Amino acid sequence: MNESANQRIGNQITVALAGQPNVGKSTVFNLLTGLSQHVGNWPGKTIEQKSGTYHHHGTTAHIVDLPGTYSLTANSLEERIARDYIIRERPDVVVAIVDAAALERNLYLVAELLSLPAPLVLGLNMVDVAERQGMHIEPHVLQAALGLPVVPMVATKNQGVWELMEAVDRVSHDTADYTPSRPEIRADHQAVLAHIQQLIAGAVPDPYPEDWVALKLLEGDEEITSMIQERLDEARWQEVHTVLMQHEDAILAVAGGRYEWIGRMVRAAVVRPRMGQVTLTDRVDRYAAHPVWGLFILLGMLGLVFWLTYAVGAPLQELLDTYLVQAGAEWVRAALNGAPAWLVGLLADGVIGGAGMVITFLPILVIFFAALGLLEDVGYMARAAYVMDRFMHLMGLHGKSFLPLFLGFGCNVPAVMGARVVEGQKARLLTILVAPLVPCTARMAVLAVLAPIFFGPHAALVSWGLVGLSLVMLAIVGIALHELMLGGEHVAFIMELPLYHLPNARTIGLAVWQRSVAFLKKAGSIILVVSVVVWALSVLPGGDIESSYLAAIGRLLAPLGSLMGLGWRMMVALLTSFVAKENTIATLGVLYSAGEEGTRLADALSGALSPAAALAFLAVQMLFIPCVATVATVRQETGSWRWTAFSVALLLVVSFAAGIVVYQGAMLVGWGV
Amino acid sequence: MSEEWVSLSDLAPGRVGVVRQLVGGRGFISRLAALGFTPGVEVTMVQNFGHGPLIVLVRDTRLAFGRGEAAKVMVEKASE
Repeated sequence: MNESANQRIGNQITVALAGQPNVGKSTVFNLLTGLSQHVGNWPGKTIEQKSGTYHHHGTTAHIVDLPGTYSLTANSLEERIARDYIIRERPDVVVAIVDAAALERNLYLVAELLSLPAPLVLGLNMVDVAERQGMHIEPHVLQAALGLPVVPMVATKNQGVWELMEAVDRVSHDTADYTPSRPEIRADHQAVLAHIQQLIAGAVPDPYPEDWVALKLLEGDEEITSMIQERLDEARWQEVHTVLMQHEDAILAVAGGRYEWIGRMVRAAVVRPRMGQVTLTDRVDRYAAHPVWGLFILLGMLGLVFWLTYAVGAPLQELLDTYLVQAGAEWVRAALNGAPAWLVGLLADGVIGGAGMVITFLPILVIFFAALGLLEDVGYMARAAYVMDRFMHLMGLHGKSFLPLFLGFGCNVPAVMGARVVEGQKARLLTILVAPLVPCTARMAVLAVLAPIFFGPHAALVSWGLVGLSLVMLAIVGIALHELMLGGEHVAFIMELPLYHLPNARTIGLAVWQRSVAFLKKAGSIILVVSVVVWALSVLPGGDIESSYLAAIGRLLAPLGSLMGLGWRMMVALLTSFVAKENTIATLGVLYSAGEEGTRLADALSGALSPAAALAFLAVQMLFIPCVATVATVRQETGSWRWTAFSVALLLVVSFAAGIVVYQGAMLVGWGV
Repeated sequence: MSEEWVSLSDLAPGRVGVVRQLVGGRGFISRLAALGFTPGVEVTMVQNFGHGPLIVLVRDTRLAFGRGEAAKVMVEKASE
């Protein structure tokens, strides 16, 4: 038995929470840690890391929530993170949460966890769901068979959590009577496993258990294979390699061995119903997962979310804007009466403008986060992904990317944050990178104001065309990035459809809380800084925008603009849209009516651009870098400035390229005058 | 009496098959195994419209499968 490597300081223990997806692990984690949670990213990864503390009998348990994974083979980054944590950080206890209603499949992860050096406690969750499915499980019988503590739980009703931590506490103090039954490789491969283990003896680096490494080699685990290849001399590696090649199908012997073991473990403990009864989930899925009805249901759900956003969120947003932001700016102006103009401007326009934007975003975000959390918690998210998968695959995306991207029509920020539901680091990154190409309400608002000015009666047609252009560009960029990032590799579509269940208010509430706080804390500070900087650029050095640094940058960009028929004023309008899309209109208002009191923006603008240039401007506007809130969220979600910079550069290239093509094309067909 | 082997994508809704062979790379097979697919296990077809993705029930779990992925799983049809 390996001793825990963690030095116990006082009464502190580290507990890792493991489990497959959809087993209620986050509900357990939320119950244990509540608002003590710290949410960040795993070091250097785009995957969320949650930790928190729980106090039990004077012991402080640091709870680390491992990513939900079906197994611990290096198939995905999540799996690598989970196993590396257990092997390298040596938590005092690992708690495996399993779904009692799908016990056999869930024990597969337990079988893998048992070959790692940390004592295990089993949280047998959702026993109520299992009972409703007609399955009866005897925890004591299972405990006796497995040789480790088994605690029955209904986490959604807060049942069994205290007992779980009681078992953790006992195991962490004393592992003397912890004698788990461990799975073995199928009998016909035992000799091969022993042979491999003998060949690699002495070459396995420190925290890794030798027998585990031998097993992973037979499973064809790429990470472990290259680790051992580096450590062995060429001749020895060839020997190992030859054996592995002769047993390429060994993964089935390993997996088969695990399921044989599982079969022995559950045989006496589980009383199963006769097969064939139709569950509620199957009845609902006849419609929700139907290729035609499913689409209607999906559209209905999304319609409801957007209706809620506009019915509740938009008025709230306006109230906040009027009574908090504008009133705040007024108050600052009044309070600083007599102070230098630059100070008043900085506070009233720069700081309050930026902070106000963050605050007015919140109602919309909370509604979106709640909707996303609810759909995920009841189990509908997987159905939406299933119904949409065939369409998303055309763009090189996974079905699970659909919902976050669709939310992008409301606001790109929750779209980028929602990409968390997408499995696999690359697929998630791809979703984040294309999300800003979904036209959000702010972009649509700008379009709605400008299209009639430029195109009069044809405005609707132009608007539809530009929304279409955005979606076509999204597909093109999606396919191109898919080819580049995944080498065009086909992402296998295999996805669990969890049982439907009643939503848990606490789980959804905490998710909304965490995401909102994350947005306020991390994105908020970036938004504030950028809006102050852009404000400063627009008034320095002379105090008016015409002679400002921003105008100078606009003039610098004029040669690029001339390819699209756009003068420096239009380029400046695009630049200010970085703070908020609506700024485009405000900036144009300032730039085109400056000096001419009473000139209406519409009159000033409609004469300023040819139809070709106007079309190009609107095309760029639709595809341009998103607002700073979205960019800050991209930074927060990818945890990387490089990917953030890539995203911005990508959109600059895409938008200007589209603008140039649109302008030159329109000139060719004679819209230049 | 058992019947012939077919690919999972050809199993009709409501029919039961026994997994006999998984065709594909180790990564694919190890993913399938973790989700409960190993030779000898029973699968029930829940939804299969003959085109597009399908839903199967294996080890008490509903799994959505792309058609291409399902074609790589060979099952022996259980007699009705």
